[in-house]
Amino acid sequence: MTIQKRLRLAGLASIGTCTVLAITACGAPAEDSALSDEETDCATYEEFGDFTEERPSVSIYTPITDAEADSYESAWAPFVECTGIQVLYEGSNEFEAQIEVRVSGGDAPDIAAFPQPGLMARYQEEMVPASPELEARASEGWSEDWLQYGSFDGQLYAQPLSANLKSLVWYSPSFFAENSYAVPETWDDLIALSDTIADTDMKPWCAGIDSGDATGWPVTDWVEDMLLRESGGEVYDQWVNHEIPFDDPQIAAAVDKAGSILKNEDYMNGGYGDVSSMTGVSFEEGGLPIASGECAMHRQASFYSAQWPGDIEVGPEGDVFAFHLPGNEADDTPLLGGGEYVAAFRDAPEVDAFRQYLASPLFANARMKTGPWASAHSGSDPANAVDPLMQMTVELFQDPEAEFRFDGSDLMPGDIGSKAFFEQMTEWIKGKSTEDALEAIENAWED
Amino acid sequence: MNLIDQLSKFGVLAIGLAAFVLVVLAVLYVGNIVPHRPKSLTAGMVFLIPTLVLVGIGLVVPAVRTTVLSFGDRRGEGNVGFANYEWIFTDPEILTVVRNSAIWVILTPLLATAVGLLYATIIDKSPFEKLAKTLVFLPMAISFVGAAIIWKFVYDYKQIGNQIGLLNQIVTWIFGEGSAQHWLATPFWNNMFLIVVMVWIQAGFATVVLSAAIKGVPAEITEAARLDGVNAWQMFWKVTIPSIRPAIVVVMVTMSIAALKLFDIVRTMTGGGDGTSVLAYEMYSQSFPGQQTGRGAALAVVLFILVIPIIIYQVRNLRQRKEVR
Repeated sequence: MTIQKRLRLAGLASIGTCTVLAITACGAPAEDSALSDEETDCATYEEFGDFTEERPSVSIYTPITDAEADSYESAWAPFVECTGIQVLYEGSNEFEAQIEVRVSGGDAPDIAAFPQPGLMARYQEEMVPASPELEARASEGWSEDWLQYGSFDGQLYAQPLSANLKSLVWYSPSFFAENSYAVPETWDDLIALSDTIADTDMKPWCAGIDSGDATGWPVTDWVEDMLLRESGGEVYDQWVNHEIPFDDPQIAAAVDKAGSILKNEDYMNGGYGDVSSMTGVSFEEGGLPIASGECAMHRQASFYSAQWPGDIEVGPEGDVFAFHLPGNEADDTPLLGGGEYVAAFRDAPEVDAFRQYLASPLFANARMKTGPWASAHSGSDPANAVDPLMQMTVELFQDPEAEFRFDGSDLMPGDIGSKAFFEQMTEWIKGKSTEDALEAIENAWED
Repeated sequence: MNLIDQLSKFGVLAIGLAAFVLVVLAVLYVGNIVPHRPKSLTAGMVFLIPTLVLVGIGLVVPAVRTTVLSFGDRRGEGNVGFANYEWIFTDPEILTVVRNSAIWVILTPLLATAVGLLYATIIDKSPFEKLAKTLVFLPMAISFVGAAIIWKFVYDYKQIGNQIGLLNQIVTWIFGEGSAQHWLATPFWNNMFLIVVMVWIQAGFATVVLSAAIKGVPAEITEAARLDGVNAWQMFWKVTIPSIRPAIVVVMVTMSIAALKLFDIVRTMTGGGDGTSVLAYEMYSQSFPGQQTGRGAALAVVLFILVIPIIIYQVRNLRQRKEVR
């Protein structure tokens, strides 16, 4: 073959390959929707307005990527089709850094889903307050406990989106059944169970707190859970708003209560070594010894269900599951959790329409069906949840007696909640005293 | 996301590329039709002005803005005077950061140049020279993050069970069970372990440059020295090194600047924890997760000021060598 012919052939082959790759990458056929007929029927979406003439676009920027992002897009696909509003989704792992760049640079997205209300507070002046209709929907869906984090000066700016529960203890139902251990309903029962297991040759608890530049955050979750149980929601709010000093004795008591498990050499660190080993174990690996039988309990949020290897069954009768981290009394339901808040930076009818849709029970139920997800929306039906863990999460959040508080470190200003608090708690695990660690954080928090 | 949306993105890319080509062609065309008297100012300006404009927008304006921000509060607004700079030089944690950066700037060029020089001298005129050079240069082909991940595994530490970290396994073989250390958490010395990573990456650059310089030493000088009866040690110190001094300086200056800019290794291996943070990393950490724009900007300005002497030295060096020619 001559050179020219060979080059031409190579050129055609590469063009052909590129085209095929492009088509396969972009033209994947839509999967069968998990949504009901009612949810795909356009009549359901008439209340959000008809934009089919102008087909305006609304950009939404979130830290959620990959499979979860796809689940969001499947859930609101009927909304997009029926109202004509083109939702442009953008997910980024660098959300916390990039949102500052975008908002300060005048390139703010139409809608941003903030995983940290503390981060969102910085942009109060640039955000668009919720319209009266949106406020009405939000008040129907969520309790004041939830809405307070999206409000400033008494005005609602952002409604919640998803909800993840942090007050959970992962365990192995099969292991508990084999040894006739009962799921503890009070804190004292939990300690008694830990003592029982510690008497055998297994360390009852395991944990990992390494997380790159966020190392230490699982410890802060422990402290927040303990404060909620020891001192209640009001003190928690004062702490988060810096109305009481960080080294207040009540906070110190909560930290020490967490220490009764976290810094207890008899209890920690199943499968990894001693207490200090948890600084070298990533948070993703922290609970895995449960599946291999080297540890009994691991306190971690509902999103940990994604960490188990594929062959592990997550369920109340399966290999691993989670129970609610108990309060001091059997019917206390203190709930520490997290979620995203939907803020808007552009004042337009289509932006408002989309936010109203996201605040509706219609979306909450649809999204539960397209992937593992939970929200605290009062109109969401737990039966729509995709797995037993999500179902349990929704049921707990809908308990009217529950006392919910958002993760504390996400509410504090960045240099405390995302730096000083994490760093000092890591030092505390490594041996620093409670007083010194809390004092250091208090000194860093000036305002 | 269908094919039509993707095609529009390629369309934007095509327009961008076309615009770039058009601008370059325009500059060349104008440069051509402008009168070409020797040392004509206009011809020079045609090529300089686009560059100056871009440098102005991309470098000068952000530099000025950052300096202004460094006198501001946590949102970069207002004026708090020198409070942020005071904080840098009084807060114990930030003093550690400054200390770490100083260690990096001093040790990295010294070590990398020493390793490169030694390596270049040893492999000079040996049968494996080409292969040896390739091997030492390979780490430069991977990103800093890639290298950091590799070494993070090398330094890995398991308190119980089998070690998966190479270093700890070697230590366990030599010193027995239980001698494994949490290298990256050891106070102060963890900085040295991070520096090792950078030396590993940069040694190839040093080797290649210094090897070329060593080959450039005139044969007459080495022969004359040998006739005078020097041994290998004296040859190295009294003949080779003075002759390749310009190359050594270039290598050391380049590495000093790289060491001051260092971000990826610290972020990937320790996230700035355990006292390993450096200026470039802390600048990011304060500005974004920490939401302290004023302080982050102040750190950036301090970093800039620290680099200036090195750059001045580099420029003077280049000028001197030009004059010598």
